[in-house]
Amino acid sequence: MLTTMPRRIVATTLMLTGSALPALADVAPVPNKGDTAWMIVATALVLMMSIPGLALFYGGLVRAKNMLSVLTQVMAIVCLAGLLWVFFGYSLAFTNGGALNDYIGGFSKAFLKGVDPNSVAATFSNKVVIQEYIYIVFQMTFAMITPALIVGAFAERIKFGAVLLFTILWSCLVYYPIAHMVWYWGGPDAIGDAAKAVATAADAAAKTAAQTKLDEVLADAGLIFKWGALDFAGGTVVHINAGIAGLVGCLMLGKRIGYGRELMAPHSLVMTMIGAALLWVGWFGFNAGSALEANGTAVLAFVNTMVATCAGGLSWLIVEWLAKGKPSMLGLVSGVVAGLVAVTPAAGVAGPIGSIVLGLIAGALCFVFVSYVKNAFGYDDTLDVFGIHCVGGILGAILTGILADPSLGGAGIVDYAAKPGEAAAGDFVMATQVLAQLKAVALTLVWSGVGSAILFKVVDLVVGLRVSTENERMGLDIAEHGERAYSL
Amino acid sequence: MKTVMAIIKPFKLEEVRDALTGLGVHGMTVTEVKGYGRQKGHTEIYRGAEYAVSFLPKLKLEVAVAESQVASVIEAISTAARTGQIGDGKIFVAPLEQAVRIRTGESGSDAL
Repeated sequence: MLTTMPRRIVATTLMLTGSALPALADVAPVPNKGDTAWMIVATALVLMMSIPGLALFYGGLVRAKNMLSVLTQVMAIVCLAGLLWVFFGYSLAFTNGGALNDYIGGFSKAFLKGVDPNSVAATFSNKVVIQEYIYIVFQMTFAMITPALIVGAFAERIKFGAVLLFTILWSCLVYYPIAHMVWYWGGPDAIGDAAKAVATAADAAAKTAAQTKLDEVLADAGLIFKWGALDFAGGTVVHINAGIAGLVGCLMLGKRIGYGRELMAPHSLVMTMIGAALLWVGWFGFNAGSALEANGTAVLAFVNTMVATCAGGLSWLIVEWLAKGKPSMLGLVSGVVAGLVAVTPAAGVAGPIGSIVLGLIAGALCFVFVSYVKNAFGYDDTLDVFGIHCVGGILGAILTGILADPSLGGAGIVDYAAKPGEAAAGDFVMATQVLAQLKAVALTLVWSGVGSAILFKVVDLVVGLRVSTENERMGLDIAEHGERAYSL
Repeated sequence: MKTVMAIIKPFKLEEVRDALTGLGVHGMTVTEVKGYGRQKGHTEIYRGAEYAVSFLPKLKLEVAVAESQVASVIEAISTAARTGQIGDGKIFVAPLEQAVRIRTGESGSDAL
C-alpha cells in the first residue's frame, strides 16, 4: 500500500509548459496539505489519550500509595512502544510478510528503511495519499496506548520490570500480528489500477493475466481484513486485544492482598475525571483520524464519537442510579469510556443515530458486567480493563456489522474494484457482515488470550510478575520507584 | 486545671469557637479525626465494589481551662455543638497536672 515516490518535478514542469501533458491517471498523487495538517493534529491527540489521559484516569482509581507506579508504567510503555514501532513494529504490521503475510508483515521497512519525507501511504480514497511519516507516527500512537491499557487490570501488584518485558514481548507477538491481520491491505489505488487493467485488457490472455494480478493485489492483505471484517479505528486491534490480555494477566497474577475485605477506594476521582475527559478529546484524533483524510468519513467518525459517548455516559449513570440508588461520577466517566470504546470500530461506518443506540447499550452492558458479572466470578481486574474495553469492544465490533447497514443509516462497505478508480458501494449483507465481525472477535480473543497467557508465564519465569507481600503492602511507589506521589 | 476534650461535628466548629471565646477561653487545639459511636457509617460504591465506611469524620477539640471554668465550658460546648441528631459527639474531661507557656516560662493557670 505504500510507495516511495520521487518528487514529480519533471511532470510539473511539463504541465506548466503545456507540452506533453501526461494523462491525469498516470500522475502519482501528492499529499493534500489539509489532510497532512489534520493527521499531524490527530496523531498528537492520540498521544494525549495515553499521557496524561489514560495515566490520570487509571491513576486516580488506585490507592495513593500506588499512584506513581501507574503513571510511570503508562509513560514508560509509551516510550518503549514508540521505539519498538520504529525499530521493526511498523514494518511487521504494515508490510508484506511473504509466506506469513496472512498473519504478520516482514522486516522490509525495519528502522524505517527507505522511508523519507516524500514517501506516501494510501488512504481510503483513490488518488489520495498522506505522507508515510505521519502515517507511521499515527499508527505508533495506537501501538503505544494498547499495551498501556492492559496495565489497569493488574495495577497495584505487578513488578515494573515485568511490565516492560511483557510490553516488548506482547507488542511483537500479539499487537503487530493483530494490527497486520486487521489493517494491512493494498490500498484503493493498487486495487483500482489492477481492476482497471482487467477491464481494459485487449484479449483473453491479457485479461487472464490482469485478473491474476488483481487476485494477487486483493490477496495481499491481513487475514481478518480479507474476511471482510470492519474495524474502523481499533475495536479488535486495541480494545478487545488489550481487554482479554488484561483479564489473563489479572488471573495469572492473582488478587490483590485484601481484595474484597479491605477498603480499596479510588484515591482521587478528580484525577479520574480529568483523565477521562482528556481521553474523550483525544479520541477524536483516534477515531476521526482513522479516516486518514480530512473528509466526510472523518467528520462522520467525529460526530459518532461525540454522540455515542454522550449516550454511553448517560446510560451507565441512569442504570446505576436505578440499580444502586445513586448516580456516581465514577459511573458517569466509566460510561463515557464504554461509549468511546464501543463506537471505535463503528466510528466511520455507522450513522449518528445508530451510534447513539450503540452507546446506550454499551453503558448499560458494561455497568452490568463490572458491577455483577465480575463479582460473581471473583477475579480482581483492578480497573476493569476487561469489563469495559473487552466487553465494550466486542459489543462494538458485532454491532458494527449491523449498524454499517445503509438501511440503518450506515455507510455500508466500499468496493474499490467494481468501478476502478472510484469507491463504489459494495453489496452489504448484514448476516455475512456480522459473521465476519464474529470471526474477527473470536480470532483476536484466542490469539491475544493464549498469546498473553504464554507471555505472562515467560515473564514470570524470567523476572517474576508480582511484587513481594511486604512491598505490596507498602505500596509500589516507595517499593518500586523510591518516591511518593503526594507529600502533604 | 482540666483538659476538656470534645468530639464534635465538623461544621459546628465555628459556633463552638465563638461560644468559648465568649467565655474568655484564649486558645484551643483542633484535630481532624475519624471514629464512630452510636451514629453508623455509610456505604460507598465504586463500580462493583461496595464498602461499608463505619469511621466518620469528626473534629477533636482540646481546651485547657481552670477548674472554675470547667462547668461553663462544658455547657457552652454542649449548647453550641448540639443539633439534636445522632452523632453530635461527646465531651471528656480529664485532670491536667501542669501547663507551661514556652515563650515566657509562665506555668500553671497563668500559662492558660
